[in-house]
Amino acid sequence: MKIDRRSFLALTIGGAAGTALTPLPWKLTDDSSIWSQNWPWTPVPAKGENSYAYTSCTLCPGGCGLMVRMVGDRAVKIEGLEGHPINDGGICILGLSGLQLLYGATRVKTPLKRIGKRGEGRWEKISWDEALANVTAKLGQLRDANQSHTVACILGSKHGTTSTLFKRFMTAYGSPNVMTTPSVQDTLEMTLQVMHGVEAEAGFDIENSDYILSFGSGLIEGWGSPVRMFRANSAWRENGVKVVQVEPRLSSTAAKSDQWIPINPGTEAALAMGIAHILIKESLFDNDFIENHTEGFAGWKKMVLDEYTPEKVAAITGVGKTAIVRVAREFAGADKPLALCGRGCGDTPGSLAEAMAVHTVNALVGSINREGGVIAVPMTAYAAWPDMTMDSMAQSGMVKSRVDGAGSDKFPLAASLLNRFAGGVIAADAYPVNALLISGANPVYATPDAQAFKKAVEKIPFVVSFSSYMDETSMNADLILPNHVYLERLEDVPVTAGLQKPMVGMVQPVVYPLHDTRHAGDVVIELARSMGGSVGDAFPWDNYEACLEAVLGEKWDALSEEGLWQDENFQPAEWGEAFETASGKFEFMNSAMGLMPSYVPLSLEGNASTFPLLLIPFDSMRLASRFISDPPFVIKAVEDTVLKGKEMCVEINPATAKSLGLANGKSAVLSTPKGGARVKIYHYDGIMPGVVAVPRGLGHTADDKYMAGKGANFNALIGPVEDRASGLDTAWGIRAKLAKA
Amino acid sequence: MKEAQGHNKTKKFGMVIDLDKCTGCGACMVACMAENNVSFREDESDKQLSTAWMRVYKMTNGKPFPDADVCYIPRPCMHCEGHGGHSPCVSVCPATATDYDNNTGIVSQIYTRCFGCRYCMVACPYHARVFNWWDPVWPADMEKMLNPDVSVRMRGVVEKCSFCYHRYQRAMEKAHYEERHEIEEDEYQTSCTQACPAGAITFGDLNNPDHTVNQLVKPDNRHGGRPKNPHAFRLLERLGTNPKVYYLSSREWVIRAGDNYVKNENH
Repeated sequence: MKIDRRSFLALTIGGAAGTALTPLPWKLTDDSSIWSQNWPWTPVPAKGENSYAYTSCTLCPGGCGLMVRMVGDRAVKIEGLEGHPINDGGICILGLSGLQLLYGATRVKTPLKRIGKRGEGRWEKISWDEALANVTAKLGQLRDANQSHTVACILGSKHGTTSTLFKRFMTAYGSPNVMTTPSVQDTLEMTLQVMHGVEAEAGFDIENSDYILSFGSGLIEGWGSPVRMFRANSAWRENGVKVVQVEPRLSSTAAKSDQWIPINPGTEAALAMGIAHILIKESLFDNDFIENHTEGFAGWKKMVLDEYTPEKVAAITGVGKTAIVRVAREFAGADKPLALCGRGCGDTPGSLAEAMAVHTVNALVGSINREGGVIAVPMTAYAAWPDMTMDSMAQSGMVKSRVDGAGSDKFPLAASLLNRFAGGVIAADAYPVNALLISGANPVYATPDAQAFKKAVEKIPFVVSFSSYMDETSMNADLILPNHVYLERLEDVPVTAGLQKPMVGMVQPVVYPLHDTRHAGDVVIELARSMGGSVGDAFPWDNYEACLEAVLGEKWDALSEEGLWQDENFQPAEWGEAFETASGKFEFMNSAMGLMPSYVPLSLEGNASTFPLLLIPFDSMRLASRFISDPPFVIKAVEDTVLKGKEMCVEINPATAKSLGLANGKSAVLSTPKGGARVKIYHYDGIMPGVVAVPRGLGHTADDKYMAGKGANFNALIGPVEDRASGLDTAWGIRAKLAKA
Repeated sequence: MKEAQGHNKTKKFGMVIDLDKCTGCGACMVACMAENNVSFREDESDKQLSTAWMRVYKMTNGKPFPDADVCYIPRPCMHCEGHGGHSPCVSVCPATATDYDNNTGIVSQIYTRCFGCRYCMVACPYHARVFNWWDPVWPADMEKMLNPDVSVRMRGVVEKCSFCYHRYQRAMEKAHYEERHEIEEDEYQTSCTQACPAGAITFGDLNNPDHTVNQLVKPDNRHGGRPKNPHAFRLLERLGTNPKVYYLSSREWVIRAGDNYVKNENH
């Protein structure tokens, strides 16, 4: 066939028209796009019956109520419980991510026994019987050798039935060495002990206060019960309550406050004393309270008037004289003013003299045990524990001195000093620590001077972790006895995070345990029973649930049905009956102990010429810094001015950065006398010149790839500084230097 | 059928975010991720590649210490109405994968129609849309927490905030089952609104004078939804996108940061 021009054109045009008319290419494009979007590995969530399960959150001390949306037997979403007195439907970023902890890759699924070196991560799966036999044998051996006191125990919380079971076990077994995760609540408790003479938790009637003076507390950055604080903050905005934030850095709290007063780091107590000076000098204090209900005012007053003049305070704090006088007058002029302390989210206990100074500012205006003030909330004995007999072994073990020195002549007020534990273990002055049990805490990560803590753990021959997760503490243990996560277990959670009245929440299982884990409470009971003798006798319950029901007594019904128990009738003690000190009054000073509200400067490690900068930490709701590591959703929400790739950012004032030649966004090396880290420079106008800040909560080494290897652990850059009075850690920062990478 | 429901008034769902109350805690972001099966990856610090329907931005006033100030601003999809439903993204979508619903004012996104051309991402002045460069992966048992009411997105499609439209559908189904034609304000709330611990987010029908959103911003529909409240503003209002997300702030610099003003120009 001859192809002439005519037939060629006919073929081409005809072909084009035909192709355009046939649906085939369009169909193929459509099919291919549908096919390309239906990869079989893109999951299709299974349907099921919708319901809600109710429980409480345990990821922080806040005590929020939760409702968990269930689809069939799957938990698909955690929501805040509407109508709950703390959170009323609201919920924080970490609470929302709880299911990623439940279903995530960091779970320890069975009891594990270490087969490699410590921290190497080589484990052998063992049965619960074998694991328990292992612990019983080891603890039995030590007890038989009169070494029961060389067993130590670290707990996440000092309250609640599970913690009490551990403490009871240690007492029956014969060791005084029980430590709990420290916080500013410890310092506040001591403050009430010294000044009020009572054993109580510090509660704050923040909702009813009309003037808030915060000495560095991260009121919306995790301080107290976070969701309660968010709600209060919104109410303050609506009601025109003035909030004054004293802090060296423009935190979220400072940005939200009505007035941010930048202050030289660590000098908050001096400002509190300066304010007290004005209140006294201008007679702005509550006469009735001072005249009738306090002791030692005259002596203390003289010291305040001499030592803390506005000129001196201005020189120490860097806060102008006029600002000091103005804040003092505003504070006294308010109806229900309230001063708060505890830096950031309150995880560092801080100095006792400082907590006393801030408490005194409240006392001067009478904001004690009244509406809108500080309230001493007695530690409720809401659970009734039966008496137990201690055999001679237990008795002789319990009278031994503690490794951390708590309760000793040097630190009579302290019940637990975790910051001194590592030093005690390494020095081994009185005796070595032969075994360590850790539950509800991740001290290998979360204790300041993390390296020293790890060294101490390395020195202990037998370490048992009860963590549900493969965290830093589990990684360095010999044996892991995984607890159920909170969504799988039953537990009572007393809420002590600064509430006005005693409250206990109930954690109820919303899903069946996913893995071969056991309730830590059950494990303790089993351990005690297998030890036998008086140790076993101290645990007459078949299991944790039976124990909980027995010790809660009448409250069991309310707690298991309502999920919450509140002491509705609680009223703060009237001034006439509130104080149980020697004088029966509020005491400004305790001469016997040499304690009084004052500013005690901290001597920082390192010299100023090598380390010219001051490094302080900051807390953020988007970074969990306690025993829970950030789940993937939370780490995803971290800003790129905090974490960029594998490096965390260090906040530095542009003027300081310029003098050091550090450009924004560039890598640098941050070093302190304790350690160093590679960081990214972030120029931030909200930080004082000469001060640099890094987030707490990064730099995990365990867990999964979503969390580990991001940024540096602040606890590895700082060391604890012991408060002379309390023994607690009072370090608010450390000296540092920054150099180009 | 449509006629039978004739007393259905046209709704215009919108949101009011009080920036004086917002603390930048990020709960809205995660509440959204958990509700809407948003995926996550190992490194999410490159925010241009990070999938988030709701994102909280940090704004600074640009002043040096100690006059510096910070404000957080949560940004969902603005569900722009434009003029008569001509939102920027809807106008450019060649696949009709995104559409403006005149009954609810919600801009939809239909993943199975989207073929990933990303015109809409270019058109959106709010960066509210993100592209799935990777297949989603839920490690360990995390597939168990997927919400069956929201489809899981595959690689190659664009996704964005839907104002939790599935919650609207669920609420309407319930209402119809109970032989009601309308839903109450609290029956349809987005996940971020519900979760916000500060109570900074309010959601509802901007056309309904009984709804809090309407009372808060008093949108004036004759003037493109512009509110009379001097503390209320919308982002990049002068582009004419007519967004349905309003912000409240008592701080002048924050309001000014919401649009591109030349020096000395009043908003």
